[in-house]
Amino acid sequence: MITINLPTALRQFTAGKAQVELEASTVGEALQSLSSQFPDLRRHLYNEQNSLRSFVNVYVNDEDTRHHDGEKTPLRSGDTLMIVPSIAGGVTVETDVASLPSLSNEEISRYGRHLIMPEVGLEGQRRLKNASVLMIGTGGLGAPSGMYLAAAGVGRIGIVDFDVVETSNLQRQIIHGTSDVGRPKIESARDRLRNINPHIEIETHETRLTSQNALKLLANYDIVVDGTDNFPTRYLVNDACVLMGKPNVYGSIFRFEGQASVFWATRGACYRCLYPEPPPPGLVPSCAEGGVLGVLPGIVGAIQANETIKLILGAPDTLVNRLLLFDAWQMKFREFKLRKDPDCPVCGDSPTVTTLIDYEEFCGLRSEPQATTNVELEEMNATDLKQRLDVRDDLQIIDVREPSEYEIARIPGSRLIPLGQIVSRMNEIDPSKETVVHCKGGVRSAKAISSLKQAGFPGRLVNLKGGISAWSNDVDPGVPKY
Amino acid sequence: MIHLLSDQKCQIIAHAEQDYPFECCGLLLGKFGETMKSVHETFAISNAREEVAKRTRFLITPAELLAGERYARARELDIVGFYHSHPDHPAIPSEYDRDHAWPTYSYVVVSVAAGKAGDIRSWELEPDRTRFNEEELSERNSK
Repeated sequence: MITINLPTALRQFTAGKAQVELEASTVGEALQSLSSQFPDLRRHLYNEQNSLRSFVNVYVNDEDTRHHDGEKTPLRSGDTLMIVPSIAGGVTVETDVASLPSLSNEEISRYGRHLIMPEVGLEGQRRLKNASVLMIGTGGLGAPSGMYLAAAGVGRIGIVDFDVVETSNLQRQIIHGTSDVGRPKIESARDRLRNINPHIEIETHETRLTSQNALKLLANYDIVVDGTDNFPTRYLVNDACVLMGKPNVYGSIFRFEGQASVFWATRGACYRCLYPEPPPPGLVPSCAEGGVLGVLPGIVGAIQANETIKLILGAPDTLVNRLLLFDAWQMKFREFKLRKDPDCPVCGDSPTVTTLIDYEEFCGLRSEPQATTNVELEEMNATDLKQRLDVRDDLQIIDVREPSEYEIARIPGSRLIPLGQIVSRMNEIDPSKETVVHCKGGVRSAKAISSLKQAGFPGRLVNLKGGISAWSNDVDPGVPKY
Repeated sequence: MIHLLSDQKCQIIAHAEQDYPFECCGLLLGKFGETMKSVHETFAISNAREEVAKRTRFLITPAELLAGERYARARELDIVGFYHSHPDHPAIPSEYDRDHAWPTYSYVVVSVAAGKAGDIRSWELEPDRTRFNEEELSERNSK
């Protein structure tokens, strides 16, 4: 026979009885039996999903069953069971502390420096262990943020990437090493994170994040860390986070400048409140085109890890509604207040974006090939150019890269006119000769040709397909790639 | 209806202002009457737990509640309800409050705006859990 003591508040549902006696072999059985005897009691103990309400605690002989097997805790005849509420309330929802995972002695030694600070403490460290974070990309930003989150003991980290480690990554993507060149990034990143902390789970997703898979991928994680390097994926991550109500810890980098914020539409502004429209394609160069100081993503990525940890701990003063700007060259931080835009198409009062869209198209990248075919771009590949030079054809080569790039590598006989000056210095190009225009990969040179044609340049212009990189691959490996 | 002495109301308000910007909470100890509850004592919980209260809305642990219950029983009192503060929010229970309440008890919520206590209101959960009903909070002068 088991005795159940009922708190005053529930006695109106048990015909005023303060004690009920019944037969049961587990705590769960006792509660089920109690609520079938007193059906009105049921909804105050169990939620709609038929699991015990999170604030309802059961004590057996003065011991909290959460420290035993919960509802599976066995009962013996003569046991006394007590139902005790824990009082929760207030403005926001937090995880029930009692349900957080405990730490092993090994983990306690590992996280000692966290545990002794009251802002983290044992409870905060258990929150970290209970948390799950999805890292989009394991590049410059994902490398430091992933490593710090793993070291901090975030219990489950998902990593999404589809790239392979290249030599040019190693200048900043410190999660990968020289021996990893040629390996899939997620494998290399997984090994590194495991080596940092074997107590956490690493989940790898070797895929490109798309409108088709984003919601499914994000669903399993509490927080998303955006380490992407392009606009379509950045808008995709933002919209998916808004639709799912998840915080998006944002970082971006270019040359010496970085940005960081936390976009969390349920609490404040989202990325679209800040940038409703993507910049026109090509206006903002990528890091591959414009370069980046290797340590910059280290700083910005570490800020992302910092904010992620604070979100998990429930800390005040996160980067919600704040945009942090960092200039590594001047060594200056600046900050802007952000405001949720009531007219935001995705998180505003009457959103027009209610499902994930085609982000390549949204960023104008789908229509770009058409635009270039409109101006009828003539192209030549590197080996053809080499043959033409070998037979001493009378053509001129214009290099539209930056002087710093020209320093590193050049095609013999080429002349440097950076893209930004191409129209103003048009008179330096002889229109009577056939002109081959090149850059690093072929994108800027196509733009240069288009600008020259629009400006009325009368001569014949040919784009070098694949730029100087193709020249190095196919013609002269002695020309370094960068 | 719940009867509160003016002294107790002052204690709740002082507690709420002192813990601002964090939430404060405590127990209301007293007696259940036929149609109303009377509060004999308030029992503050969160004073010593500012660090925790910062990060969590988990206000009173079952162990603390049991301790409060023992204290009440020794004085032949019952827990008749709870109070907590809503810093910079109105004295209206949130959805979250409703998910974590039982009927019969009184839930007294005090709003604190920029450190100054404002409204103080009391609520009771509808037995079918669908909503909170405001109950009359009658204040009597302390003897």
